[in-house]
Amino acid sequence: MYEHNGEKFFVIDSHMHYWNAAPDNWVAGAEQYAKGWIECFHAYMGLGPPQTHWPLEKFQKYSEDDLMHDLFEVGHVDKAIFQPTYLLEWYKEGFNTTERNATMGERHPGRFRYNTRWDPRDGDEGLRTLEHNVQRYGSTGCKLYTAEWNAGSRGWKLTDPAAYNYLQACQDLGIKNIHVHKGPTIWPLDKDAFDVSDVDHAATDFPGLNFIVEHVGLPRIEDFCFMAVQEPNVYAGLAVVVGGLMHARPRFFAKVMGELLFWLGEDKLLFGSDYAIWEPRWQIEGFVDWEMPDTEEFSDYPRLTAAGKKKILGLNAARLYDIDVPAEYRLEAQPVAGA
Amino acid sequence: MTAQAPSGTAGPSVPDGGPGMDCVAGRTAVLNALSQVRDPELDEPITALGFVASVAVSQAGHADVRLRLPTYFCAPNFAFLMVADAYDAVTGVAGVHGALVVLEDHFAGEAINSAVAARAGFAQAFAGEARGELDQLRADFLRKAVMAGTDLVCRPLLAAGMQPDALASMTLGEVPPSRGLERLRQRRAELGLPAGDLAPLIVDPATGAAVTPEALPLHLRKARTTRVSVQSNTGICRGMLRHRYTDPGIGEEDSA
Repeated sequence: MYEHNGEKFFVIDSHMHYWNAAPDNWVAGAEQYAKGWIECFHAYMGLGPPQTHWPLEKFQKYSEDDLMHDLFEVGHVDKAIFQPTYLLEWYKEGFNTTERNATMGERHPGRFRYNTRWDPRDGDEGLRTLEHNVQRYGSTGCKLYTAEWNAGSRGWKLTDPAAYNYLQACQDLGIKNIHVHKGPTIWPLDKDAFDVSDVDHAATDFPGLNFIVEHVGLPRIEDFCFMAVQEPNVYAGLAVVVGGLMHARPRFFAKVMGELLFWLGEDKLLFGSDYAIWEPRWQIEGFVDWEMPDTEEFSDYPRLTAAGKKKILGLNAARLYDIDVPAEYRLEAQPVAGA
Repeated sequence: MTAQAPSGTAGPSVPDGGPGMDCVAGRTAVLNALSQVRDPELDEPITALGFVASVAVSQAGHADVRLRLPTYFCAPNFAFLMVADAYDAVTGVAGVHGALVVLEDHFAGEAINSAVAARAGFAQAFAGEARGELDQLRADFLRKAVMAGTDLVCRPLLAAGMQPDALASMTLGEVPPSRGLERLRQRRAELGLPAGDLAPLIVDPATGAAVTPEALPLHLRKARTTRVSVQSNTGICRGMLRHRYTDPGIGEEDSA
């Protein structure tokens, strides 16, 4: 929780990781991809404040203590949702799997939710694994990475028939939240891999699921906004927006927030730190302090009140994940704050 | 871009290799040509973005160009377009008799470089992984550039007090000249959309039809969102590039 100027914020970090991307986990023959991936992530960290940068060696493999300290001891986070990314073609034990996350998280009861993942190219075996993970880890959400390489294939779309089988299975298994992360490759490679129209179709066809598009569809914010405004079950994950823009490009951060508030509104935005790309502390403190600039350039964007920030930092995710919020942190418990 | 090569900032002080004036002049001409090549996604010249790592021209007229991108995993289709366009631009320079254009530090660099060197298309470079060439992708992003350019041109007019209804009936020739307007016209012309003085200022980039007054507010809102999106991506790409390569690219310009 975070308290500032008399306002109390219940914080859910809806997108974080516990990865091992050190050379001991690189697949022989795929070292260049494993190395390229983590160095790309490390460059993202470079967009945050300099005092929060880590050396590459720590970034490749940080400890359980690092994570617990950065999120819960100093990072204001109340509850965190693991979003696994497997990348088994590059990392021997996976980049961060459901198992790895849960093995760590179960030592800290009450702190975490364990989302799992699936890949439509894994067939029936993947469906069985999904069911197992839901039962074993209580997963109510999935993280999907559409650009994952798998046996010669460079990726997939949510509208692939096999993906629909998995989405149906999710609905049947009681999974509520589908986090979608787009990457630079899909089949066929001549199409725009970041296109979000497949999410549009899936959201229409599976109204019982929520679709949280991570990093707000970046680099296709506009396509994402035009799509999300039409779909009641589409949400925006703010990972990368806060971490990648608030410090490095504050004017564009304000504009992107303005666009999101205009098209989606404050009830559809979910904070996620994307830890360990960025530590949550500076993001949360900066976000609570942030206000839409008061100049002509930003004059037609909606404003964000303290109540709106409470929703984005935790209350929206609590609603999606049925997380109980102590009474003092709920909106109705407090006087409505002006902005 | 209509802008000339940023010769003032472009200048690396030391020409690589030969001391002959021909090499220096050739290098300038090649750099000029490269400044006409754009990142199709960000709609900025690859020189200004810092994507040109080095340029050298031998006395025999052989050009050697090294390109670099913000990440190892930048999308291969856009990367291919930039390398292929750079190759075409460089080999089109008078006096250049051969060229090597190499994308460095990229997961698909080998496939892209060898395909471009062999003058093969994208589908051949990624046999089995691509259905066709990238013309559709390029056109999609030109349409985005038209939307972003519409915001760039129209916002100052609105800020100056012009009513949206008046914008709907305006022609390109009625807009005060600016770099933004010139750029918008060029993008429209590339798409085959009307771009002359008498053409409507605001058109649907998919059809070229004028946008009606009723549809205009939403159209302008979308134009603004598109521009914010492209600008934000550019900001992130520039930040990532600077983290990856501390030295500026040849012809790199600071962002606005």
